[in-house]
Amino acid sequence: MLGAGMHPWGKWGRGFVEYGTVAARAALADAGVDWRDVGSIVGADTVRGGYPGYVAGATFAKALGWQGARVASVYAACASGAQAVSTARAQILSGIADVVLVVGADAAPKGFFRPAGGDRADDPDWLRFRVLGATNPAYFGLYARRRMAVHGDTVEDFAQVKVKNAALGALNPNARYRKRVTAEEVAASAVVADPLRLLDICATSDGAAALVLSSMEFARRHGAGNPVRIRAVSTVTPRFPNTVLDLPDIATDSAVAVEPAAETFRASIARAAYEEAGIGPEDLSLAEVYDLSTALELQWYEDLALCGEGEAAKLLREGATGPGGRIPVNVSGGLASFGEAVPAQAIAQVCELTWQLRGTAGDRQVTGARVGITANQGLFGHGSSVVAVR
Amino acid sequence: MTYCPIEPARGKLLTFRQIQCEGGTLSRTRTPVVTGWFTGEQDAFRLLGTRCSACATVFFPREDAFCRNPGCPGGELAEVPLSRRGRVWSYTDSRYRPPSPYVSDPELEWQPYTLIAVELESERIVVLGQTVPGVTVADLTVGMEVEVVPGVLNEDAETTWTTWHWRPTGVTA
Repeated sequence: MLGAGMHPWGKWGRGFVEYGTVAARAALADAGVDWRDVGSIVGADTVRGGYPGYVAGATFAKALGWQGARVASVYAACASGAQAVSTARAQILSGIADVVLVVGADAAPKGFFRPAGGDRADDPDWLRFRVLGATNPAYFGLYARRRMAVHGDTVEDFAQVKVKNAALGALNPNARYRKRVTAEEVAASAVVADPLRLLDICATSDGAAALVLSSMEFARRHGAGNPVRIRAVSTVTPRFPNTVLDLPDIATDSAVAVEPAAETFRASIARAAYEEAGIGPEDLSLAEVYDLSTALELQWYEDLALCGEGEAAKLLREGATGPGGRIPVNVSGGLASFGEAVPAQAIAQVCELTWQLRGTAGDRQVTGARVGITANQGLFGHGSSVVAVR
Repeated sequence: MTYCPIEPARGKLLTFRQIQCEGGTLSRTRTPVVTGWFTGEQDAFRLLGTRCSACATVFFPREDAFCRNPGCPGGELAEVPLSRRGRVWSYTDSRYRPPSPYVSDPELEWQPYTLIAVELESERIVVLGQTVPGVTVADLTVGMEVEVVPGVLNEDAETTWTTWHWRPTGVTA
């Protein structure tokens, strides 16, 4: 990981190409690499109505100035950014590129994410809105209520996730929301999807993030003797039968004929990353997880095996996932402080790992950070986890 | 094609709706919001899925072209009614108006509705649905028994769009 760069998250009213170009130039400057020396560019496509929107790779290549680089664009919903990293990494490991630029950017529409127009009864994303009006927060509400019923989590626990992440986001110049939030403010915000309130649910944002990746040989030649290194990129799919109601589905798979795997899809994403990296949760210095809602952050604690099933709220209450804790989670401020800019978000998670592992994260630096993990999940069976080390 | 849900009562004043039905041309057509996902009226109402003849996996929403069990050699997919009753896996509500293609009258104040994910024991599947009108999250607990009943999603000038609703058992309203 030679370079990392971002365009700050917010609602800026401009186009995704502008944001992406700013982030790309920042990452190139951070890496000390001239764009004309980049052999390949991989873009994470924008999201429109749950599906690929604008082509990213070639758009950014043109905006930065055509220079003949190999190009690819990927789409994997919320995991798009991680798949872009995965594509870049595979090109480097196979020897077809020495230096690769990865870019994700979006200008998110206002309000609830909604499906593309037209009558599309063969599209599960269209159907869940037409038949049920089931927005993304409705699914987050279902997961949160389930945790309350099964594990005894409380809405106060959920609010404490927001309090933690808002305090960290206040320290991050790239975050959209930079104000501390109290539990009382969470409790006073409007219910969106019971039991979740407005401040439990992440917003949608404009933003961009970029990375410059290279082979170790190039890094050494370039004078980066001990760069942050990617140890694993997990982009596994679920296994049949998937028994958790995932977005945008109206029903789970039936488990009547095949016994479900012992671990959920989300847990399998993390396990694959741990196995590829040859590490375990006990080796982690920090984790960046996809807190689309406060309750989902707690779910990730368990899926990453930071604690046992049902113990996430306890881990939070003990302060283990806060600053100075055993395993700080979302020291960037998380989606709670950024809002989601879908194709940029998974890349932004890796940017945070890069800065933390370099020891350049300023006021939010995790002391002595050596190993970090990211995790996310999105529509249509996509998810990702990246492990980085130094 | 026109379906009249109300039997005109002889010797009584008819509602405008009943007159429309009797007239036969002005009444709304009752049309499922999705074809082939449910069938029947009142107590005979059922969600419809499909079952693979080779591995017995049940699919809802229905799969008609292929079985999605990766270990299945592939069988015939036959229509099958799902269990009428199940238990609440989780629930939530929609306090804000969902975006299109959900249909609601922007002139009217938004009325939240409740969503339940229901676990059907014999199919080992969880199916999402709205509750019957009037049921709120305060009426529900995880594990509570509910049953599927016919419902109306929305009406426009020509069509009453029908759907399925979940209703806690023991509630007859």
